[in-house]
Amino acid sequence: MKTNYDLVIIGGGPAGLAAAISAYDNGVKDILILEREEKTGGILNQCIHNGFGLTRFKESLSGPEYAARFIVGVRERNIEVLTKTTVLSLSKDKKITAINTQDGIFTLQAKAVILAMGCRERSRGALNIAGTRPAGIYSAGTAQKYVNIKGYMPGKRVVILGSGDIGLIMARRMTLEGAKVLAVCEIMPYSSGLKRNIAQCLDDFNIPLYLNHTITKIEGDKRVTGVVVSKVDENKKPIAGTEMHFDCDTVLFSVGLIPENELTKGAGIELSHRTRGAVVSQTRETSEEGIFACGNVLQVHDLVDFVSEEAEMAGMYAAKYILDGKQTQNYVNVINGKNVSYVCPQRIDKNLDGNVKLFFRVTNTFKDCTITAKCGDKILMQKKKKIAVPGEMETLMLLKTKLLDVEGDIEVSLEVQND
Amino acid sequence: MTKTLTCIECPIGCEIEVTLENGKVVSVVGNSCPRGKIYAEAEVVCPKRVVTSTVRAEDGEMIPVKTDRPVRKDAIFEVMEKINATVCKKPVALGDVLVANICDDANLVVTGLIE
Repeated sequence: MKTNYDLVIIGGGPAGLAAAISAYDNGVKDILILEREEKTGGILNQCIHNGFGLTRFKESLSGPEYAARFIVGVRERNIEVLTKTTVLSLSKDKKITAINTQDGIFTLQAKAVILAMGCRERSRGALNIAGTRPAGIYSAGTAQKYVNIKGYMPGKRVVILGSGDIGLIMARRMTLEGAKVLAVCEIMPYSSGLKRNIAQCLDDFNIPLYLNHTITKIEGDKRVTGVVVSKVDENKKPIAGTEMHFDCDTVLFSVGLIPENELTKGAGIELSHRTRGAVVSQTRETSEEGIFACGNVLQVHDLVDFVSEEAEMAGMYAAKYILDGKQTQNYVNVINGKNVSYVCPQRIDKNLDGNVKLFFRVTNTFKDCTITAKCGDKILMQKKKKIAVPGEMETLMLLKTKLLDVEGDIEVSLEVQND
Repeated sequence: MTKTLTCIECPIGCEIEVTLENGKVVSVVGNSCPRGKIYAEAEVVCPKRVVTSTVRAEDGEMIPVKTDRPVRKDAIFEVMEKINATVCKKPVALGDVLVANICDDANLVVTGLIE
């Protein structure tokens, strides 16, 4: 078994595949992709709905169709892929210990590593919902895997907590397969899902969306028999007397995604408590030299198109690192200011050429606002937005020419006009 | 008569106002691209959707499928019945037609790379 590679990519989802193709096209041919599942493509394989690829390919693809373009790209380049293989640990000196049924436990040495492990769903346990522990409670993504990959229906009468996109997509999917979706409850005053998914997944099928509502009790002994849903006040505390009861056999949770960074932590790589992903520069290099991160393991994206774009960046810079070695760096930090919850990348290497695209999210819904990146009093970039919502990632492009004489932290903030 | 729609063509989700007079569209406001105008004009007359689902193969594998063009919204459940009555014989490849003209001239096609 070959144990030395120029580049090892952990994860064969959209990020890992795009990173591999990009690294290859930038001159590094000795690449291995490690994938936990039976085939590559990641979560796209179970996202059978359409709407992927509009930004990148200017057409509406299903998840598997979008994945296929990259899977084929990896095959055409004869990039090595090891599936059904779980990575157990990663060290700072880029040793990777992995396990599968064919080879047992083995260790690989890489010159550079790209972290592309994706994210996982928040579970019921994170929410402290009162009640029993019956069968019939799933995360929306688990239900999606049952229906779309395994071909099993998880239940017949469904209440969904959380209005993230996966929850909305599953409301439609369960309805199409004959289930009755009684309600989608959202604790916030707004949905974190895309507007078009509210329209085509809920409104099309007359599924009610209860904003400012949450599940306060789950009932049932062996199987879920019902839930209690309550309205919440502005502090998200349930209001007594507003309880509604739904008879249901299934509860789905679509309550957020968490980057899967156990390997990253194990390697001692610096993590951001805001993104829950690694702290990176615009090259997507982490605090450890030669270890890069991209996709949902770095920051949870709304659109796979941007995952591919970010992964290509990581792949290109990983190839550069392998071919040219470490270069001298000159960092300035990028920090989140007023009304901004995080910014990625968290630092910018001024020695590099090219403009830098900042990705960030705002803390609330804002109308008629101005987003500004500045260093001290100096404005580097500014744009006006009619509306900005936490559910949609924002971007701001910093031009290289503006970055040249920046000394000190760059702050991104949002101000409401006439505020 | 004016109807307000959320465009489903792309992730922006523009809010579009369509004005109808005697059943004919006289104005479309709020779209930020030509696709939005086409969507809004069709939506107020005869709403259509692409249907995506799965078909079970003989060996039990679930094959992802879609209609290769939008079908009438009120025919979606008929289409689902036909999809669920279909059994797929392998081998199949991405783009293969599983059911020709399943509804409104749309074909049911495979959307995944199947091994």
